[in-house]
Amino acid sequence: MRLVSCFFILGFLTLLLIITNLLFGAVSVPLDTIVDAFLDHTNPNHFTIHEYRFPRIIIALLVGAMMALAGALVQGVIRNPLASPDILGVSHGAGLAAVIYMTFFPDAAIEWLPLVALLGSFLAAIVLWRLCGQHSTTVKLAITGVALAALYASCVDFLMLVKPLEINNALLWLTGSLWGRGWTQLSLLLPWLVLIPAALWLAKPLNLIHLGDEHATSLGTHTNAVRLAALAIAVGLTASCVAICGPIGFLGLVAPHLTRKLVGGRHQALLPATMLVGAILLLLADLVARTIDPPIELPAGIMTAIIGAPYFLWLLLRSK
Amino acid sequence: MSLSTRHLSVGYHQKAIVKHIDLDLPEGKIIALLGPNGCGKSTLLKALARLLTPMQGEVQWQGKALHEIPSKQLARQLALLPQTQPIPEGIKVKDLVAYGRSPYTGFWGRTNQTDQDIIHQVMQETGISELAEQLVSELSGGQRQRVWLAMTLAQDTPYLLLDEPTTYMDLNHQVELMHLLRRLNQQGKTIITVLHDINQAARYCDHLIVMKEGQIIQQGLPSDVLTRELLKSVFSLEAQIHQDPIAKTPMCVVE
Repeated sequence: MRLVSCFFILGFLTLLLIITNLLFGAVSVPLDTIVDAFLDHTNPNHFTIHEYRFPRIIIALLVGAMMALAGALVQGVIRNPLASPDILGVSHGAGLAAVIYMTFFPDAAIEWLPLVALLGSFLAAIVLWRLCGQHSTTVKLAITGVALAALYASCVDFLMLVKPLEINNALLWLTGSLWGRGWTQLSLLLPWLVLIPAALWLAKPLNLIHLGDEHATSLGTHTNAVRLAALAIAVGLTASCVAICGPIGFLGLVAPHLTRKLVGGRHQALLPATMLVGAILLLLADLVARTIDPPIELPAGIMTAIIGAPYFLWLLLRSK
Repeated sequence: MSLSTRHLSVGYHQKAIVKHIDLDLPEGKIIALLGPNGCGKSTLLKALARLLTPMQGEVQWQGKALHEIPSKQLARQLALLPQTQPIPEGIKVKDLVAYGRSPYTGFWGRTNQTDQDIIHQVMQETGISELAEQLVSELSGGQRQRVWLAMTLAQDTPYLLLDEPTTYMDLNHQVELMHLLRRLNQQGKTIITVLHDINQAARYCDHLIVMKEGQIIQQGLPSDVLTRELLKSVFSLEAQIHQDPIAKTPMCVVE
């Protein structure tokens, strides 16, 4: 019963934020004209709603859900609520690849940026995997990931110092933003949605991995295969999101943790619920970022960091 | 013999702890693995539960090597209660016990009426029915140990492997557990348990296997196995063997 009402409330909040995001911004659109503005080409707000706000909302919804799901998968495998794709260095690997691309090929087509980011995050994951090996402990994985993330971040800083050209573009992208994202970016994101059912398919073995390898094996789980699959899916989800919006920090960390408090640790409930929580957080972050001082926009990544960083510190202090 | 080892060597980091053991575990008995710390009893138990991969030889289930049997199928035959349990976050007692039904449920882990009946029954047997809605992380150590036992029992396997199950329990719960193992044994389960307490093993188990330095020194009925000489050679203990006045089983009293 509690679970059903949780899902109902989360669904309701998501819907509410979708509508609010459609209504408000640099121009406010009245609620009763929303449908007309979306469908009718002659409506004065058609461009704002159809070309600008609607695809951006869908991207925020999907990216929020996918990053949260990636975080839940990683936390499920690492068995540590402090873990997230940021910690594995995947997001920063994507960031580094993108900055290298932007600084060395400033004239190259911006359309290639998502693919370059994608390559970077997969490389970062492969480097992590090669360094740790198949049978590494979760602690080793997490510490290696943190070290690699720091290395990638310092490489980015170095590049920005020695190659200050095109720095604005890179900076904007690196903070994680939904600004200017539209139907083109949305269509790039869609193929990656197949990863969502794949992740849900792992709910049951992830429950058992949460009990430790001895119990999981004794209950008939192939622990290494499940870990590898979950991490690969998490990397794919993170990579596709970073490729579209840049690394939006702390979402993959905070959303699954909040959700665990709401619906408990069973992945059958946790995975779907964390997608809703992630979508809500990113929709909210983008709403605030867009409406705090229009027409100037803040990157949504800054908003999630403002909420996420203190939350992370609180978690860290609490876990002694 | 359903569970046996053939020339089994197993250990950690290329170092064999259990060395060249050929063992047939008698069916339908309560079997205790005894020996001093580091003798390999827990390692042997883990190998029997396929948690460790043999370096040499193999563990067999009905004449077939364990790694040749599909994992889920084997999980319906052998259940293991490890020595230490993690403390899972945000999991209710009833959900944890239900995880024990994993080898029988489909991909989403949905339980049917049979599963529910078994979950209900094992929670009653282990005395944790009233804890059903509580979080596992909020229980005391002794309660938690019983919850994990219930999860292992929910697996509903003919073989039950336990690694020092009484270690974190109060004395009354230890006695309760040993009585529960007896009842389960009478229902047809074969129980293989690592125990620290020799007298507990002698009183409640049918078959003792005594190990030292990775080898089996002696096995058989408690009354045959427990001798002054054995206690001296295996445990370096000067002790007398008396008869337990109530159970009439052998009992060792340290001099």
